[in-house]
Amino acid sequence: MSFIQAIRLAWETIRVQKLKSFFTVIGVTIGVTFLIAVVSIVGGMSRYMEDDLVGKLIAVNSFSLRSRPDFQVGDATQAQRNEWRRRPRILRTDVDPVAEALPPTATWALESSQNLDIESQYATPRNTQCSTITEQWFTIKKMGVTQGRLITPQEYNNGTPVVVIGQDVADHFFPNLNPIGRELKVQSIPYTVVGVADKQGSVFGQSLDKFLLAPERSPLNRWVNPHGVIDAMIIQGQDDTSMREAMEAARATMRARRHLHPTQPDNFELETSENALDFWNKVKGYLVIAGIALPTVGLVVGAIVIMNIMLVAVAERTREIGIRKALGARRKDILNQFLVESATLATLGAAIGVALGIGFAKFLAAVSPLPAAVEVWSIFLGVGVGAGVGMIAGIYPASRAALLDPIAAMRQET
Amino acid sequence: MSSNTVEAPLSETAERRAVVSGAGQAPDSKWVIVTRGIKREYDMGGEVVRALRGVDLAIGRNEYVAIMGPSGSGKSTLMNIVGCLDTPNGGEYWLNGQLVSAMTDDALARVRNREIGFVFQTFNLLPRATALHNVELPLVYAGVGADERRRRASEALAKVQLDNRMDHRPNELSGGQRQRVAIARALVNNPSMLLADEPTGNLDSATSEEIMRVFENLADSGQTVVMVTHEPDIASHARRVVVLRDGLISTDETRDAFVARVGHSVAAL
Repeated sequence: MSFIQAIRLAWETIRVQKLKSFFTVIGVTIGVTFLIAVVSIVGGMSRYMEDDLVGKLIAVNSFSLRSRPDFQVGDATQAQRNEWRRRPRILRTDVDPVAEALPPTATWALESSQNLDIESQYATPRNTQCSTITEQWFTIKKMGVTQGRLITPQEYNNGTPVVVIGQDVADHFFPNLNPIGRELKVQSIPYTVVGVADKQGSVFGQSLDKFLLAPERSPLNRWVNPHGVIDAMIIQGQDDTSMREAMEAARATMRARRHLHPTQPDNFELETSENALDFWNKVKGYLVIAGIALPTVGLVVGAIVIMNIMLVAVAERTREIGIRKALGARRKDILNQFLVESATLATLGAAIGVALGIGFAKFLAAVSPLPAAVEVWSIFLGVGVGAGVGMIAGIYPASRAALLDPIAAMRQET
Repeated sequence: MSSNTVEAPLSETAERRAVVSGAGQAPDSKWVIVTRGIKREYDMGGEVVRALRGVDLAIGRNEYVAIMGPSGSGKSTLMNIVGCLDTPNGGEYWLNGQLVSAMTDDALARVRNREIGFVFQTFNLLPRATALHNVELPLVYAGVGADERRRRASEALAKVQLDNRMDHRPNELSGGQRQRVAIARALVNNPSMLLADEPTGNLDSATSEEIMRVFENLADSGQTVVMVTHEPDIASHARRVVVLRDGLISTDETRDAFVARVGHSVAAL
């Protein structure tokens, strides 16, 4: 019996028992559905994290010099956290030596942040993130303003009490008003709003537009950090290579300043976008495990179900098998007939699973912030695995069928 | 290897004796079936049942033979061996010049497919397939392509006057029609012999006669036919009747001699 013949025969057999066939393959269907869905979710999220998100939080080709990591990987040990807390802070006096060591094409800016109380006369007070920054900060972050202007070099120099605020801050403190030129009080000290920043959007439902930026030398400085201490020096290279160069230059300078022995590790952090992604990679790792475990469970269950149903089918069709053997079917012919039948069944189930998985992924992408995009390779994997499971599940029943004695088989009542 | 044969008044009798005693030698091509000392034993829970104790049988081309016997005579066992569904414990079975008694399962399957056309008492058609597809089945296992299969199966159904029922399923056909489909299926691969097991057992007398006529026509046109039955009425449609008793051949005679001796009385067997 040729292969195509066997498939046609399998198709016919499945067709006359549609409902029974569907229930037979339900395990495989569920397993493949999970596979497609998880792969699309993880794929979509990966793309989002790596392309969209990180770009929003960390400027391209830049790194920060900090005392401890900003993006913390979830499973840092207690010892690790203690070590971080013990590290010395980055000082204002560290900045110039580091800046001198950098390649000439690098730009840098300082940033220090704190959550402080803001008030305006038009709205209720709020505790919001406030930062002092230096001149190159907006350039490095590629941030502009939608209203007003950026802080001028003179204002940086003089420490003038002016601020650029985020869209959400503008909306809250100056509802239906033009904030430019108006006054905000931070910890009771007045500042003039000179600009409203571009909308940054949101990340997992959290707004990125709740911030206030003032020159480093402005009065805000006293509130964000102890005297002479800064949170971060952000350094940007022209490209990845020059950024890495700059990183090594900064590292060397800081190690020298801190008098670190070559065997001692850094007691400061040089953080790139890779660190932010570390967290995501950890999460991705768990998702991948789930993405393998869930489909596997579905497929194992599916295989067991198919095997059992095929055993029943063989028992019911014993007489038919005997007739076929009497007419000249060899063991191989009977084996193939049932293997192909169970593989065809499982492949159909996998195809349904693919359709359901695609539907589920699209539904998820539509109703939640999770971006899910179906990956083509997962479709092929799903169908391939389905067919494989069918073949494996069918081996035992098919060999039982193949070994039947035709004389005894033909005596079976139908 | 002894058997009590009442001599059939045929010139072939001597030849038959010769061919069944030539152990190890392939018989001449005019013999379709030659069995030499066929033995078949079963172990039934400690006890050994000797179904066949040394059967010598020679059936030539174009013969129409009935194999008879009461139950327990071993006729079903002999039929299974002749039909290559079973292998003997002792002796030789030559089918069309091939020694099949020592063949593997796969080789036997091939022989069944090519050389033997089965017709069963219970028809044994595939219930969910059409008449045409049922008749095509031996050709499927012979590796024949779809178009040629369809052509040959249609021709076979035409020969039994069922070409207008090709797309019917067995449950849409009468008993006689089903048996005719089975006969078409048996003939579709041009086998050396038609092997029928109680072909009229599930049919009424009128339909039985109809089927017997089909067999006669086939025998007339040159087909070798071997029919196993326990009914003397049916056996007497054949041209030669072999009677088995207790695992051995008891009588082997022409139809006329059989009818003359037995009439319609089974007891006189």
